[in-house]
Amino acid sequence: MAKEKFISEESGCIPLNIENVDTDQIIPARFLKATTRDGFGENLFRDWRYDRKNEPVKEFVLNRPEVKGKILVTGKNFGSGSSREHAAWAIYDYGFRVVVSSFFADIFKNNALNNGLLPVQVSQDFLEKLFVLLEDDKTTRVKVDLEEQTISVPSTGMNQHFGISSYKKECMLNGYDDIDYLLNIKDEVLDFEKRRSLW
Amino acid sequence: MKSKTLFDRIWDSHVVSTIENGPEILYIDRHLIHEVTSPQAFHGLKSRKTGVLRPERTVATPDHNVPTADQHLPISDELSRYQVAKLEKNCKEHNITMYGLNHPFHGIVHVIGPELGLTQPGMTIVCGDSHTSTHGAFGSVAFGIGTSEVEMVLATQCVMQPKPKTMRITVDGEIGAGVTAKDIILYIISQLTTSGGTGYFVEYAGSAIRNLSMEARMTICNMSIEMGARGGLIAPDEITFEYIMGREYAPKGEDFKNAVEKWKKLRTDDDAEFDKEYTFKAENIEPMITFGTNPGMGMSIDSEVPALEMIEPENRDSFLKSQKYMGIEPGTSLLGKKIDYVFVGSCTNGRIEDLRMFTAFVKGKVKSADVTVWIVPGSKQVENQAREEGLIDILTESGFQFRQPGCSACLAMNDDKVPEGKYSVSTSNRNFEGRQGPGARTMLVSPVTAAAAAITGKISDPRDFLAK
Ligand code: SF4
Repeated sequence: MAKEKFISEESGCIPLNIENVDTDQIIPARFLKATTRDGFGENLFRDWRYDRKNEPVKEFVLNRPEVKGKILVTGKNFGSGSSREHAAWAIYDYGFRVVVSSFFADIFKNNALNNGLLPVQVSQDFLEKLFVLLEDDKTTRVKVDLEEQTISVPSTGMNQHFGISSYKKECMLNGYDDIDYLLNIKDEVLDFEKRRSLW
Repeated sequence: MKSKTLFDRIWDSHVVSTIENGPEILYIDRHLIHEVTSPQAFHGLKSRKTGVLRPERTVATPDHNVPTADQHLPISDELSRYQVAKLEKNCKEHNITMYGLNHPFHGIVHVIGPELGLTQPGMTIVCGDSHTSTHGAFGSVAFGIGTSEVEMVLATQCVMQPKPKTMRITVDGEIGAGVTAKDIILYIISQLTTSGGTGYFVEYAGSAIRNLSMEARMTICNMSIEMGARGGLIAPDEITFEYIMGREYAPKGEDFKNAVEKWKKLRTDDDAEFDKEYTFKAENIEPMITFGTNPGMGMSIDSEVPALEMIEPENRDSFLKSQKYMGIEPGTSLLGKKIDYVFVGSCTNGRIEDLRMFTAFVKGKVKSADVTVWIVPGSKQVENQAREEGLIDILTESGFQFRQPGCSACLAMNDDKVPEGKYSVSTSNRNFEGRQGPGARTMLVSPVTAAAAAITGKISDPRDFLAK
């Protein structure tokens, strides 16, 4: 099924300067009862966003009206823990298209790429500088160019190259998904079943 | 032939093809599904107008979202009921075997796989759940996947994954009294941190691992994901073969003998090289407990929570945030700290040996009146065996109640939630903020340490009791 294409994105950023953000924080388990992919954005970071009386926590970055953008900038080791793809759906559904961090958990990275959400891994140094810029000026814009594989801050000229497998890059640029690919090579799979040998 | 690690051997033999500069297409032998991460995958199949390629390779069970009491009644939570019904409907529609509530084979997906002999050496096994790593205990390549990948496996029996790097963790020597497999793995994670294994597939080796039972090995492999690893595995041996023999899906008679001959080849070549190696001494491992909000924040139960000065400056903010959430002062001891809840269960420690350990400890003692204790068997078979062995009677005599199988307070999707601010000593695998309920404060331990807490109502060193 075609996904939205991702070519480049320039927008403001939401800085979430916390390390080891696990998937239970991104979307707590009690919100996983839905049987469709939609609407998870409402409960993104639920327990940080709302207090126990369901009042918005004023200081939390998603509740600060002056901070806007489609790029989430987070501390290292983002997305550890459970394999729930709901975490990627929630971030996308909320309106983000890019997550920037210095380190991503494996399953989260895969899930994000499978859902049109681009994980951009930068150096720790770049990340820290970006947090400082965002601290100083909430409206700092960041540009992510997938074709060129670069992330940059136009106002300061700061930029860095990021890695992505060329296959995944093609998929993102064209809005393809893995299942389409696999369905297309089904004969190869059937052939493998016949010829497979043991280890 | 080039020498290979056990992981390479299994992985390579399942590669259908490789995409240049991209992932490998890996054939999957066994697929397990549950109610929470599968509905969107079935929905996807429908939109693509495609079916399930090999329904006989998938087995389903509802576990995450089910109540652990009154399972004979309809589920009272409407959304949970709908989700479980949806799984049943999807399985029926696609000819997939499902073991539902009250079925003698029902239980947590990672408990029933091994118990039914679905998990076998040399297989590739996936499930939309990160603790699929549990099945690696049998010498299989088993890992968690997202829902898009669940859909891929249903449609094509394959996933697309970059091949992980290899890591070997060797634990040599003998563990002391009061120390269990759970302590070994909590110790390893505390040394490697929660991201130390990211990008790797781990093989556990060494005499301390070899000496473990299958269930203890499952506890170790289960928590591989907690250090970020894609999975963990242990080479199969006689202990493995004996465990599998006679189980529902295990090969029978002559077939079993032939299978064992093949399984015996599943080992790492002596001269194979790993991308990374760690070695630990079993003698250095003591009963462990976590003090923070990720599984890497663990220590020996009789030591002190690190003081702020001991933490790297750039990590201090996270550390303080975590200790504030836990209500634990840096630099203090946890021994004697009052607790409110004890949870015994989950795919980490909800098997029969875990319940035996817990029961042996509390036998003849009385539950502390100040704690609520949930004892949740990992499966119906575990529940029935506990009854047959008289464990439930012993527990009842000591003032404990026994619940019905499911994930329960491990992730608190059902009603088994720890209230805000309360301390929970838990045999599960994650102590993330809110994991056991909004505001709940979780400390991960072994079943033995959980038993000591359930009796005293406080964090206690189980070894103090063994000496007496
Ligand atoms: S017991 Fe816990 S960790 Fe295991 S499958 Fe269930 S929710 Fe996941």
